[in-house]
This record gives sequence, structure tokens and C-alpha cells, in this order.
Amino acid sequence: MIKTYNSSEYDVIVVGAGHAGSEAALASARMGLKTLVVTIGLDMVAFMPCNPSVGGPAKGTVVREIDALGGEMGRNIDKTYIQMRMLNTGKGPAVRALRAQADKWQYHEQMKRTIENTPNLTLRQAIVDQLVVEDGICRGVVTNTGAKYLAKSVVLTTGTAARGKIIIGELTYSSGPNNTTPAIKLSEHLADFGFKLRRFKTGTPPRVNGNTIDYHQTEEEPGDQEPRHFSFTSKDADYLRDQVSCWMTYTNAQTHQIIRDNLDRAPMFSGLIKGVGPRYCPSIEDKVIRFADKDRHQIFLEPEGRHTKEIYVGDFSTSMPEEVQLKMLHSVAGLQHAELMRPGYAIEYDVIEPWQLKHTLETKKIKGLFTAGQMNGTSGYEEAAGQGLIAGINAALSAKGQPGFTLGRDEAYIGVLIDDLVTKGTNEPYRLLTSRAEYRLILRHDNADLRLTPYGRKLGLIDTDRYEAFLAKKQAIQDLIAKLHDLTIHPIDDVQSFLVKVGQAPLSDGVKADLFLRRPQVTIDDIEMLTHLKLASDRYVKEQVEIALKYAGYIKKEQQQIDRLKRQEAKRIPSQLDYDQVDGLATEARQKFAKIRPETLAQAERISGVNPADLAILSVYIQNGHYHETK
Amino acid sequence: MAQVLTEFDTIAAISTPVGEGGISIVRLSGDAAVTIANALFKGADLTKVPSHTIHYGHLMVPDGRQVIDEVMVTVMRAPKTFTREDIIEINCHGGIVVTNRILQLLLQNGARMADPGEFTKRAFVHGRIDLTQAESTMDLIRAKTDQSRALAVNQLAGKLLAKIRRSRQKLLDTLANVEVNIDYPEYDADTVTASQMQATAKQVMTEISQLLATANEGKILRNGLATAIVGRPNVGKSSLLNYLTHSEQAIVTDVAGTTRDTLEASISVDGIPLELIDTAGIRKTADKVEKIGVARSEQALARADLILLLIDASQPLSAEDRELLAKTSQKKRIVVLNKTDLGAAITAESIQAMTASPVIAVSVLHEANLSALAAEIKTLFFQGIKNRHEDVLVSNQRQVSLLTKASDQLQDVITALDAGTPVDLAQIDFTGAWETLGEITGESAPDELITQLFSQFCLGK
Repeated sequence: MIKTYNSSEYDVIVVGAGHAGSEAALASARMGLKTLVVTIGLDMVAFMPCNPSVGGPAKGTVVREIDALGGEMGRNIDKTYIQMRMLNTGKGPAVRALRAQADKWQYHEQMKRTIENTPNLTLRQAIVDQLVVEDGICRGVVTNTGAKYLAKSVVLTTGTAARGKIIIGELTYSSGPNNTTPAIKLSEHLADFGFKLRRFKTGTPPRVNGNTIDYHQTEEEPGDQEPRHFSFTSKDADYLRDQVSCWMTYTNAQTHQIIRDNLDRAPMFSGLIKGVGPRYCPSIEDKVIRFADKDRHQIFLEPEGRHTKEIYVGDFSTSMPEEVQLKMLHSVAGLQHAELMRPGYAIEYDVIEPWQLKHTLETKKIKGLFTAGQMNGTSGYEEAAGQGLIAGINAALSAKGQPGFTLGRDEAYIGVLIDDLVTKGTNEPYRLLTSRAEYRLILRHDNADLRLTPYGRKLGLIDTDRYEAFLAKKQAIQDLIAKLHDLTIHPIDDVQSFLVKVGQAPLSDGVKADLFLRRPQVTIDDIEMLTHLKLASDRYVKEQVEIALKYAGYIKKEQQQIDRLKRQEAKRIPSQLDYDQVDGLATEARQKFAKIRPETLAQAERISGVNPADLAILSVYIQNGHYHETK
Repeated sequence: MAQVLTEFDTIAAISTPVGEGGISIVRLSGDAAVTIANALFKGADLTKVPSHTIHYGHLMVPDGRQVIDEVMVTVMRAPKTFTREDIIEINCHGGIVVTNRILQLLLQNGARMADPGEFTKRAFVHGRIDLTQAESTMDLIRAKTDQSRALAVNQLAGKLLAKIRRSRQKLLDTLANVEVNIDYPEYDADTVTASQMQATAKQVMTEISQLLATANEGKILRNGLATAIVGRPNVGKSSLLNYLTHSEQAIVTDVAGTTRDTLEASISVDGIPLELIDTAGIRKTADKVEKIGVARSEQALARADLILLLIDASQPLSAEDRELLAKTSQKKRIVVLNKTDLGAAITAESIQAMTASPVIAVSVLHEANLSALAAEIKTLFFQGIKNRHEDVLVSNQRQVSLLTKASDQLQDVITALDAGTPVDLAQIDFTGAWETLGEITGESAPDELITQLFSQFCLGK
């Protein structure tokens, strides 16, 4: 038994320093609270144990949302990427997505440096074994070395470390991600408090030495020439020119045969793995079995950094025995002679069922205790970071005795993510998809700054310089819209021949420039060219105005749906409502309401298995003003 | 997502018993009640009139070209109303057809069909009804909502449900493909093209219109065959009308005291409900009916389920007769050869050679062979609805308005794609149509799409 001692006191303690923990700790410290962040391994701060990339559809939008709220992920990747690409450029503006390949070592070092240099923030290596809880309120933590830290609020971000177990073929051992020390006691402690935990599983593919890959047999995927970045604060002038390519190859019939021949040794099928894995990120053995009619699967070869030869074999996640992994790899074009550096593995870990949380990510059971990231049942660095930021902000607000901060489904992908988790729970590691958002034309990556910077400012996470730059951009957008409204495009020869060139009908009469812009294929640059006027200088301003005007019809449709949602969100449900006292509720609805404790009628409506009559009864019950509270 | 009962959008319903009494009232309640009614009302600007006042005018289709009815509209603004919301009451001239038409127009222009007991529920929720009634009101909501849900499920049981599910599945397959193109841009799934999305939209629109066609049969069952008597002047239309309406079994709905120029009468011929349309002045001005020429008849044709085309057998076939024969050839019709007592210039056989429609030779004046006409009407009626037991039948207005909405949304998809809109934007209405159909079947969960995504495609990350 380790003897405990009273160590320092903080306002906020963050347990874990992965992508969730880093954001939580930075947000809290930047909001002026004395913050401690404790991690099992300092060498794992903001580490990427799986793919070396940030962004992509939905996820890239989350990164920009984090940036607009004053979080770190966008800035950190802008300093450490080795390739940048815009995806879905052939599609509409709602679904374009930015993705960066990261130098995962630099990414980690840069984030660690930022944390080290942030005032009010202490970074320390230790394993948290216990919480200090008094009268249902979390007061601090106790580490394995016996240190007892007190605080006003605590954020847990255990990732895949909680009772982590790595599985490679027949081999299993207790481990956190990337062979780090797992956290064993904290899970047991949480279960003792009555939290419902469950086992999830995820996996990572093998890494091979790039010097042993024959790239001639693969297809190159280079980065974009046009400057792009995640953070509002990054400059086009700083765009990285010397980018590193990724490469693509495919599995084949031989690979699939090797997998089928060795299924009895695959933990996924032998019953060794009990945790629930993600449908959207299946292992290669899972893909071959479930989609037996596909004769090949894509593989992406992604560099893990600029100064390493390690290559991540993307979309080739596996927990097959090492011997089989080698055979599988060597069957693939370009990898015939590839040297394995790290085998792929599956990892099982504890998650807290997220319906036990409020939208602030505070647990319903213990006041002042927040959880975020992969331990809430999600997967993905971006999903973790988004939650970490919200949990950190709320832990800070709670420590200050201020009301919580939440984002709606109509405001941010982060809002969609958290609402899905706390309202529906999740039966598999949860990944954000654009199809989970109802209003994705509103929740674009290009307008994340416009949507959320005012919140970041109000929270004290956006400095004055940046806020003024933001206001200037907003003003420039309004000015440009006004200019286009006042400007007339006349059917002069230049205009008519331009229209013919882009396949549009010529003008019969003069038309206002904002209407002219609504024609397909017409841009503000074209209007500047045709009128010989310089209307705006910032390409991001032009982009906003083009989207706002060209897609006004669809934006209005989504806005109307949002207005309806808002009215429902305005109807709050008392948090202590005793559902047993509500006459007429169906049993299933009564149980679900009591379990999830929806905060608003809109949230109640999103709970599966609740029918309209139950909603009507609940609505009436609340609105008559006489309700019973649970004891 | 569950259908929202807690949302106070604007609801509409016919608040008088249908088909009874001289005046019917269609009631609207909610924020948009006044604006919706005003958009259809020709008369005073209802948005500007004082509360609790009544206004004379005409109810028009939104393009303002067709008068539906002459009406009195009561404007009552919140909070001193039954529901404590803005209420509009449209007093119209009764009759199932006109009243339903008005309701449909309101639904098409932003109102939602009220659920059973919903006006009362709103009155309660807004504190209009005494709180001591809380218990019973909640019981009422429970009972009524469940009952109507059960009813809806029963009505849908079987083929309608299966058909709508099949249509939804087609939309969902395409939708999942669009989503995978967006969320997994590097995954080598086929990219859904505008033309593929349009093809699916068109296919489902066709399926919806087939379902909506059965709605007409459902309507016939309830309201009777909309029947128009057409023919050139002096061919005996008024005589036939008089015979039908004055015959013993005839029941004529109240049309008295109105100045409308479009009237209808529900009558029963051998127990078959007929709704005679566009036969102005049935009683008062029967003598003028003869003066209604081809032009007027054309309007009637558009609305009719059944045409009784009268031809004077005593005179050679005129150009006008031929025109009417051609015009009505696509309609369900009976060609009635009248005035057989005056000598036959035309034989039934010669007409029959020109048409597949039944031809009946009668003399209205002498009431000769009119029973054969009645028998033929009966045959056609049962033909029209005999599919009822075998085929899908869309039976209620909620289904009709949701199907129409879904169809409109798919039309928006097609139009948008024609204009070069990217697939992932046109998808907004495409998803809308899928959700709207889901409201009919009661299964509109976003999770459904996610599940489809992962079962249809093999995705990495």
C-alpha cells in the first residue's frame, strides 16, 4: 500500500495528455485557471498511435471549429504537416474537407512545447489511480506515487489506456496504446462509483521501412499546390512547398487467400477479442470476410514523418499473428520485400457509456467530474480533441462557478458529436461522418471561424488581435455583398462572350452582379475581370460571399429547419424531473427518459424508441408548471 | 425522428362534420395561420385587419386564377382565442369537395394536418383550459394519439407499407452511395452522378404518382364519382339532370342562398354516390343549363371521374359532338344517345364503332331505358373501385399530403440537377423526400442511413 501525501492544489486537473487531454488542459489554463495535466508518459503527449493524419470529411471541420474556439489542434498541425490536401473539391461547398499528413513526432513535440510554455499549466508524469470524491462532488485525484492533488474540477481523458489489452494473433498482453503502461485501477474505481463501463476494440496496421518499398508498383498521391491551412491565424505565405507524397496500392486474391487460410488464428474470429470494433474502420480480415465479392481493397502508404523511414500501411489494420501479417504484406504490389518495423495490433479498452454525461461532458453522477475523448466511446484524434476542448472549457467554468458552455447541432460538428453521444450512447467506437449532421451546408469547414469565433472570444480563448482580424473579415464579407448588390453587369460584348465560353445563356438585359453570380460557373474573380473593378482582396472573403449567394436557396432551407429546432431547444426539461410521476408515459419512454435525462424537448425527441404521444405528454407535463422532482 | 407533437407549427382541420349542414368551417391555428390564409384569400388583407373580425371574399388557388369558393373568413389573434394562438376560421359553402379542396390548399401552403384532439391539446398546453382537467386531457392525448397511430398502422398494413418501403429503399441506396462519396472520397466506390440521382428521383416520383392515383379511388369511395354531364346545347342535359336529381333516391346537398357559379350536388343513383360537378344552377336556373356550351363543359371535364356525354340521336353527328367525343376519349365515360323517341339519325352501333366507351340509347323525356344507364354507371363505379381489395389504396389526407410533399422534393432534386447543382446539394431535398416517406411508414431515423452506409460499402479509414 502506497502512503499518500498532500501535494499541490489546482483549479482544474486533467488526467491524460492525448488529443483530448492537451486541448482540455490548454483551454483551462488559458481561461486563467491553475491547471495540472497528468499523463502516464510524457513522451506520449498528443501522440498519434494510429494514422499520421489530421482532418478529412467532418473531422477537418472539427479541427477548424477547435481553432475558432481558441483550441490548439489547427495551429499544431499547421506547424507540423508534411502534406496538405483538399478533398471533395469536385463537390459542393458543404462537403469539401481539408486533410493533412502529420509528422507525428513533430506534432507531439510541438504540442508538448506549447503546453510547457503555457502560463498556469503544469505537466507531470504519473498514473492516476483514484478520484477524491466528497458528497458527490469530485475534489481531486490520487496518483500511483501517492500524491494527492486537490482541485475544483477534474477531466478524465484515458483514451485506450484504461485496462488496455493488446492482441496480436494468439499473443495478448496488458498495455496502453503503442506499448505504453495501461491504467488499471482507475477503471475499477469508476465502476465502484456505479459508472457503466464497456469494452471497445480498435486496431492499427503494421509499419514498414520505406526504403524497402518498391514505389514503382504504387500510385503517387501528392499534396496540393494551392496554399491551405487549418488555422485562421496561419498565413498563405507560410504554406509548405516541400511536401511529402503518399502512395496507393491494393490487396489482391493472394492476400485474401492468406487471410482466409489463417482465419482460425485471427483473434477477431477466434473469439479472443470480446470488445466491439468500429464498422467504419474494420480490420483487413474483417473486410475480406464481410465483402467477399470484392477482389481487391485499397491500401494507402503514409509516411509517419519527415525524418523517419517508417511507413504506415493505411487501411490494412490487422490483429493477425506476426507471421501471417508478414505473408499478407509481402503479397501486396510494392510491398513484396517490405521490412516489417512494427506489427499491427488490436487493442481493447474500457469506455464509459456516454449517456451518463451531460452536454457539458460533466458526469451526471459526480459533480465536477468531466470525461472526454476516446474513453467516451469515440475514435479519432479530432473527435477526441473537440471533446477535450469542451470538457476543458466546462471544467474551467465549473471551477469558476459559472454556467456551462455547449454547442448545438446547428452550430458545430462538435455539437452533433456530443449530442449523439449523450443522447443515444454508442454501440461501437463512434466516428463523425458528414451524414450525422442535419445541417451540413451550414456547418462548413470554411465558415467555422464565422460560426464560433465569437464564442471563443467570450470564453477568453481568442486574443484581441485575432478577434479584430475576424471582425474585419466579417465586415469585408458584408461590404462585398453590398457591392455586388449595387453593381450592374451590362450585356456588353465581353460579358456575352464570357457567358458563351462557360456554357451559359447570354444576357438579354443588365443584371445585378449578385444575381449574375448565382449562375453556375460564374465567380467573383470573373466579375472583377469583366467589370475591371477590384471588389475584394481576400480570397477567403470571396469564397464566403460566393457560397452565401450561390447556395442561398439551400442555406435558407436548412435555416428554416434550424429555426424549428431552436424552438424545441428552448423548451427545457427540469433536470430532477421524476418520470414516475408523469402519468400516461409508455414504459419504454419512461425508462429511457429516466436513463438519459434529456435536457430539452428537442433532445427528448432524438431519443430512439420514444413516440409522439410520449413527447406530447412530457411537453404538457412540463408546461403546466407542476412537476415532481426525484428525491 | 419522431413526429413532433410538441412543436407549435400551424395546424389545419375541417372543424364541422363533413358533408352535413350548409356551411363548413375549416380552422387554422398557429403562428402562420393568418399568412397562410391570406395567401389564398382575395379580399381584405387579413394580415392588417383587426382581431376578431369577419371578412367576405374569395378563396383562390395561389396563382389567383381559379376561384375555389366564396367564403367568410374570421381572424382571431392570440391570445384571446381557443388555443391562445392565432386562429383563422374559413366559413365555406359546405360540400365535401369544396371543403376538402380548401383544406388541401392550406396544407400545400404551409399548414399541417391537425392530429386528433390537437386543437384541444394546444388549448390545454397554453393554459387556456383549466388545469384541473390535466389528467383527463393527457388521457385523451394518449388515447387519441395511440388510437390514430394504430389506425394509421392498420391502414398501412400490407401493400402500401411495402410499396413505400421499397421506394424508400431505392432512395436510401442512392443516398448511402452519395454519402460514401463524401465521407470516403478516396474509397473506390462508384461516384453517383447527377443523371443517376435524377433517374432514381424520377423512378420514385412515378411510384408515388401511382400511389397518389389510388388516392383518387379512395376519394371516390368516400365522396362518390365526380360526374360531369356534357354535350352541346339543347341535347337534353338539363332533362337528364332533373331526372337524376329529382328521382326518388336523389339526395341533393344544400346549395341554397349562394351566388356561387360552381355548384355540386351529391346524388345517389341506385345506391351509387355521384357528385355532379359544374352544373350551375341545378335547381334555380335549370333552364339556363342548356346555355352552357362547350367552353363551360371543358372545365368540368378536368375534374370529373366520370363523364356522361350526351348526343342527340335525332340529328346527325355535329362537329361539336365530334369535338366532345375526342376531348373526352381519355376519360371514363358513358356516351348517352338521347331523344331516341324523335327518330334515329344516329344509331348506337355507329357510335359504338367510334369508341370503346359504353353507349346507351335513352329517351330522358319518356324515361326510356334510363335503368340501363343506371346499371352502366353502377358497373363503371364498381370497376373503378374493384381493385380496392387487391391493390394499394392511399386513403387519408395525411398520406396524400406527405406523398405530394415527397414528390415535390424529388422534383426539386431534378430541377436543381438540371441547373448544374452539385449532387451533394441536390441531396438535401433527396434526403428530405426519403424522410418524408419515412413519416408515412413511421421509420425515419438517421441511424438507418449510417447502418446502410456500412452494410453497403467496405470502408477503411
